[in-house]
Amino acid sequence: MRITVTVDGVDYRDDVEPRTLLVHYLRERLGKTGTVVGCDTSNCGACTVHLDGHSVKSCAVLAVQANGREITTIEGLARDGQLHPVQQAFHQNHALQCGFCTPGMIMQAIDLLADNPDPDEDEVRHGLEGNLCRCTGYQNIVRAVRDAAQKMSPGSGPEAERVDETALVDRAPLHTGGGE
Amino acid sequence: MTATVEPEVGKARRRKEDARLITGATRWTDNLQLTGMLHMALLRSPVAHARITSIDVTEAVKMPGVLVVLTGQDLAAEQGSLPCAWPITEDMLAPPAPSLAVDRVNFAGEAVALVVARSAAEAHDALSLIDVDYEDLPVVLDLESAIADDADLVHPDLGSNKSATWVFDSADAGTGSDVDQTIADAEVVVERTFRQQRLIPAFMEPRSVVVDPSPDSVTMWSATQVPHILRWMLAAVLGIPEQQIRVIAPDVGGGFGGKLQVTPEEVLTLLVARRLGKPVKWTESRTESMLSAHHGRDQLQRITISARRDGTVTGLKVDLLADMGAYLRLVSPGVPILGAFMFNAIYKFPAYRFTCTNVFTTKVPTDAYRGAGRPEATFAIERIMDELAAELGVDPLELRERNWIKHDEFPFTTVAGLTYDSGNYEAATARAKELFGYEALRAEQAERRANGDPVQLGIGISTYTEMCGLAPSRVLGALRYAAGGWEHAAIRMLPTGKVELITGTSPHGQGHVTAWSQIVADRLGVPFEDVEVLHGDTRVAHRGMDSYGSRSLAVGGVAVVLAADKVLAKARTVAAHLMEVAEDDVEFTAGTFSVRGTSTTMALGDVVVAAHVAHNLPDGVEPGLDAEATFDPENFSYPHGTHLCATEVDTQTGAVKIRSYVCVDDVGKVVNPLIVEGQVHGGLAQGIAQALYEEAVHDESGTLTTATLADYLVPSAVDLPHFTTDRTETPATSNPLGVKGVGEAGTIASTPAVVNSIVDAVRHMGVSEVEMPCTPMRVWKAIHRRGDGVPTTPGAGGGLGSLDSRSAEERGGAE
Repeated sequence: MRITVTVDGVDYRDDVEPRTLLVHYLRERLGKTGTVVGCDTSNCGACTVHLDGHSVKSCAVLAVQANGREITTIEGLARDGQLHPVQQAFHQNHALQCGFCTPGMIMQAIDLLADNPDPDEDEVRHGLEGNLCRCTGYQNIVRAVRDAAQKMSPGSGPEAERVDETALVDRAPLHTGGGE
Repeated sequence: MTATVEPEVGKARRRKEDARLITGATRWTDNLQLTGMLHMALLRSPVAHARITSIDVTEAVKMPGVLVVLTGQDLAAEQGSLPCAWPITEDMLAPPAPSLAVDRVNFAGEAVALVVARSAAEAHDALSLIDVDYEDLPVVLDLESAIADDADLVHPDLGSNKSATWVFDSADAGTGSDVDQTIADAEVVVERTFRQQRLIPAFMEPRSVVVDPSPDSVTMWSATQVPHILRWMLAAVLGIPEQQIRVIAPDVGGGFGGKLQVTPEEVLTLLVARRLGKPVKWTESRTESMLSAHHGRDQLQRITISARRDGTVTGLKVDLLADMGAYLRLVSPGVPILGAFMFNAIYKFPAYRFTCTNVFTTKVPTDAYRGAGRPEATFAIERIMDELAAELGVDPLELRERNWIKHDEFPFTTVAGLTYDSGNYEAATARAKELFGYEALRAEQAERRANGDPVQLGIGISTYTEMCGLAPSRVLGALRYAAGGWEHAAIRMLPTGKVELITGTSPHGQGHVTAWSQIVADRLGVPFEDVEVLHGDTRVAHRGMDSYGSRSLAVGGVAVVLAADKVLAKARTVAAHLMEVAEDDVEFTAGTFSVRGTSTTMALGDVVVAAHVAHNLPDGVEPGLDAEATFDPENFSYPHGTHLCATEVDTQTGAVKIRSYVCVDDVGKVVNPLIVEGQVHGGLAQGIAQALYEEAVHDESGTLTTATLADYLVPSAVDLPHFTTDRTETPATSNPLGVKGVGEAGTIASTPAVVNSIVDAVRHMGVSEVEMPCTPMRVWKAIHRRGDGVPTTPGAGGGLGSLDSRSAEERGGAE
């Protein structure tokens, strides 16, 4: 099937097998290997990306479902050499060790902060519940997200993340399991 | 070259590693794409114990894109047997361990056939067309039944399910008295049986292997903790000349012991790549990871402790059954033996005996998992100290204090024959009590008990120590481990004054690049940013023993120091020559040589250039300042600490909530406090997860029912508390950095603290034991004395949601 997608600001047109998962399309066809696969059951959230500005687990979305949509991955967050405040906060707060969950964790954290610009500890923990980390015990991740919240004024995400909410009204709901 | 002003060691440097990890510019093995690369997929046995009567691959090989389909018969002549490097006794029974099962399968998940195809999808499609006939054999699942005289055998050729029995007796060793006599004469004896459930390391990055063959050398990229050991073992198992094997561990996404292995998949990927003459990749699914990568723990522990009425302990007897699973992997047999030296912990036992029998079952093989033997030992001793305290009617902290080694008694040789070099249990405990508010919580506990509050409060204590920094090679040799425990480092002084440090450790999340840079910066007086750390490629880091057992800093970090000192020693000779003074008159501070009593100086950078161009060197001095060093410590290192956990136990539902977790660890000197704190957090998470959530469950037919992250309950952010951490600092005397190691401490200490707190909360209701993981159902059953008929283990898909007060629907159902 033919799809047209925008990934990290670049337009692509490709033929994909209907069964191809979005994460495999991103990794294998586009070389977006910053987004990773950690499980088969959509539990770990390592593959989290943004689809039209909202986080999804890209192992639970078919590539064809992304047709006509805009995707942002971890590789598309930095702008003009400037890290996104959440990326910066993960570094500053030592919120990663092996770093395998980090791309998904950062993408989910950005989505969380878009919904709730000033979350308390409990809200951060619940907001990241669909993303597993085996290294950090989460404490520094929670700290990083709250730190980033302080440094970001509401809605100050990069340009590519801005979504015309009116265009989303009619979009099909995506039940991608957790991550919210 | 600028001198560093304040010391780098001790500074909370942000990690160099992060730059690529937070931007997705990563180098995971599965990211690799090589021209012409093929993909391997493995068919795994759905049954735990069976004879393979036939395998029909005719339909599979016809599938589009399929290059080859192979069975164990096809590879029998060349696959060899997977290595076990730790034959703990002379008469240890060890079955052959094929990478691809030949005529029998011995656990569900064992690989029985492989497909190599153009794409991973085509390879997996073809698996479904392979037809295997199995003739079932009886499964062997229970440790105690497995050692009965009439037990069905996992490996009938071996004649027994007992692989080996290993004994340490303090009377025989001359380190203490006879434990049987001590127990017979004792005023108080407490006996308990604890179960160390089976765990799955569950590193986040699934394992992946890429092999690029060429006629003269083979390159393997693997998500491994042990590239050097892997290279050695591949050569030994497959007979490939070692100099023609290059192993690279690129970015590795966690290991926790789970990637301390020489795996069937590594061997098979290599064999098929060589056979086809093309690069081949294998990447596992999460379920494959849980079915095939080794598990951890799984022991049955019978513990007998004796004491005088006044609370002085007199003897400790440990009888273990340790589940090896179906095969002995790299260090499987040695894992429980590492615990042998730790059951006596920080206490002064006059008599001790440890007996461990390693047992085969038809389950996934076990091997190292964070702590490897020491969490098991620490759990048992810290649990039984609480039981003894209850028996004696004393505060469990007072009982510990009465028996532990006092800070002025170090160095102290224990009943297990180890010499603890340093420690201060009093200081760590005092600080932990203060942070925890011990007395106030005890008061609240008394109040809740008096009021019959449905939510009871419990306080759990764990005053642990561990032996880490594995380790002195001669000790490992005495324990019949096949390898050494030294570590290597090399320093290349580049002509521009920059530094390349090559380390034999193989980090996979620990931050060695940052910490080693700090050590080098201090030692050589160069900027932190000027140091590049190279690791994980056997062609670059040619000597190494890799990363596990909290050894990297205490052994590998010290090798870095020694290599830097060699650079400086030579630089001093060259500097003295150039400044035309005697070497004894030259001093070195913060990157600059100076002549004592004069204003003459020479920066290290200038000495580096002079040594590099070699225009004017002393006679007999070789050009360049590069140096290398290997460090083999005289002793293990012994971190310790006091962990205090307060839980609220809902007596009506069995739900457990950690209200407060305080730990004060003493890991000696600290290179980077940020990294140390992170290691403690992660360790706590895994130890708490053992206490409350995780268990690898095999059903009655030997099928692993917890083979996804929906069923195996790796905790999420919601399931863990905020930790309060602090440190005391008693330097190790066994190495020049004074460091002890921190990778495993949190995991070793935390499990018994949590379980002790749960039991403490409901002990007055007649509870003296709750089996791990302490699920709400298990806690409820313990309180309400409900035995059989009520399931203990959450069913598949149960998830952690049941522990949350909010409904799963509300939370958006990741479980």
